Amino acid sequence: MSESSLKGRKVILHDMCLRDGMHAKREQISVEQMVKVATALDAAGVPYIQVTHGGGLGGNSLQHGFALASNEEYIAAVAPKMKQAKVSVLLIPGLGTMKELQSAYDCGARSVHVATHCTEADTSPQHIAFARKLGMDTTGFLMMAHLNDAAGIAQQGRLMESYGAQTVYVTDSAGYMLPDDVKARIGALRAVLKPETEIGFHGHHNLGMGIANSIAAIEAGASRIDGSVAGLGAGAGNTPLEVFAAVCERMGIETGVDLFKIMDVAEDIIVPMMDHMVRVDRESLTLGFAGVYSTFLLHAKRAGDRFGVSARDILVELGRKKMIGGQEDMIMDTAMTMAKDRGLLKEAAR
Amino acid sequence: MKKIRCALIGSGNIGTDLIYKIKRSPVLEPVWMVGIDPESEGLARAREMGLKTTAEGVDGLLPHVLADHIQIAFDATSAYVHAENSRKLNELGVMMIDLTPAAIGPLCVPPVNLRQHADKVEMNVNMISCAGQATIPIVSAVSRVQRVDYAEIVASLASKSVGPGTRANLDEFTYTTSNAIQVVGGARRGKALAIINPAEPPMIMRNTISCLTDDEPDHVKITESILQMIGEVQKYVPGYRLVNGPIYDGNKVQVFMEVAGLGDYLPKYAGNLDIMTAAATRTAEMFAEEILAGKIQLKATEAA
Repeated sequence: MSESSLKGRKVILHDMCLRDGMHAKREQISVEQMVKVATALDAAGVPYIQVTHGGGLGGNSLQHGFALASNEEYIAAVAPKMKQAKVSVLLIPGLGTMKELQSAYDCGARSVHVATHCTEADTSPQHIAFARKLGMDTTGFLMMAHLNDAAGIAQQGRLMESYGAQTVYVTDSAGYMLPDDVKARIGALRAVLKPETEIGFHGHHNLGMGIANSIAAIEAGASRIDGSVAGLGAGAGNTPLEVFAAVCERMGIETGVDLFKIMDVAEDIIVPMMDHMVRVDRESLTLGFAGVYSTFLLHAKRAGDRFGVSARDILVELGRKKMIGGQEDMIMDTAMTMAKDRGLLKEAAR
Repeated sequence: MKKIRCALIGSGNIGTDLIYKIKRSPVLEPVWMVGIDPESEGLARAREMGLKTTAEGVDGLLPHVLADHIQIAFDATSAYVHAENSRKLNELGVMMIDLTPAAIGPLCVPPVNLRQHADKVEMNVNMISCAGQATIPIVSAVSRVQRVDYAEIVASLASKSVGPGTRANLDEFTYTTSNAIQVVGGARRGKALAIINPAEPPMIMRNTISCLTDDEPDHVKITESILQMIGEVQKYVPGYRLVNGPIYDGNKVQVFMEVAGLGDYLPKYAGNLDIMTAAATRTAEMFAEEILAGKIQLKATEAA
């Protein structure tokens, strides 16, 4: 495919390396680094930049780790430096609250992904309505979307739209989906949502499908794509944004992003920041293959090291138990139970 | 043996499950169920189980309170109507057990502070939230040994066990539970996280409790205190089970719990609902025992 049927389509890119990338950095990105990255992305023409703890608003916790600074400190440092980009945040009801959304707004955030598991959209009405009341660009974000079928996703997306979401995302949190899975879900959403409601896709690269899935999403009607520069994100990372921008340019899809500048951000700023090479390795491939939440990766490695069970075995077991985003505590719990069953752990107490 | 006569307000799942638990109690007797829909399944079931019913809300119950000698009422409606329900019934000397998030009375976790509330003859006590009932005993078990700076709880609930009220008000759940972790659990700071998992078959309620102690935790004393507390909760929730831990990492103590319900009216996986009805019943029983023993007397509150 070179210049294609998608020639002339306009797509809004949304960078995740300062939010999803926080997972890959164990929440240890400094305020200075955030400002440096965001300023460079702004200069490269990226229109939306997500800036928070990896778990979003309310994310600072024993469950999800403590970042180097508060969400307010990050947002307040980044937002005033933006010449054209909007700063966005993630809000997962049950973890983040409307109070935190208000303070993120006060610090300069103007867009929000209100995220629920793909079957639980009805936990988001207050938060979506409140974001609209604040005048924010408001997205309903259906996570682990492979765990609901196309009709189910369409129905959940309709709910979010009815609460006030201006965009509905299909979110492949596990990096499990293949292009046909993406097309089916986006197509079903497009068929039921109002024409003015936008559709987005958020991919993870655990099966190496981030770019292909994002293109499939656009073919099926998506006009917003999440990615992260150099793929800095959970699991094998998000759709690498500079690669995606290049593919879009070849296909004639208009992103408004300066390709060479964003390539430089990836190479000169993001890659040197990485603690480990964010890539498809044995464990992140396991996430994609078994359909497990990408953020579980580093937690499973830590639990595996601590209790002498392989991270891959833990991840497969978490997939079998149908654990979803937010249940990071169950990684340690599962590792301990597996270690007990294998005679590796003396039972502490009963 | 004489029993204390009770009214149940709210004819939904919680109210219906309460009938089963109260019927089993040696000191409580369910007499009235109050609903607002004459066609409701809950009211029909209550009638089948021998209760008097009204579909006129609390106002339908008020004329019968004195004649039927109702002394304790359980409110499983909503925070919006609870205050009015409580005011009307308190005026007639009926003690209220609040299962809504209204929390106008003191917060109650039976093994932690029920004794205190009974001694003070509180006329309205609040049962916090399912996650609060499932986790605050553990926080308290740690904080009674040594100072807890921060306690964090993660409650995973089966999607089928979470009703529309909780879904539409998750922030309220978060605030109520976080506050109770401090006020009742004894932690300086508290945070509550909730996850709703749609897996089939439904997952049994899970709770992870993490405490950060000021000083290095005394492993032996804390473990002993936690195990003792689990035993206390098991007296009214037999399915309250330690799955893993306590595990120590520096100043962090972590406990991994599971709560299976009794399967009365609610399914067993809905331990989150069961622990609320069981804790509410346990609370009513303590008041009932004291009333029957002549140790306390409920008094009508002055009309405002």
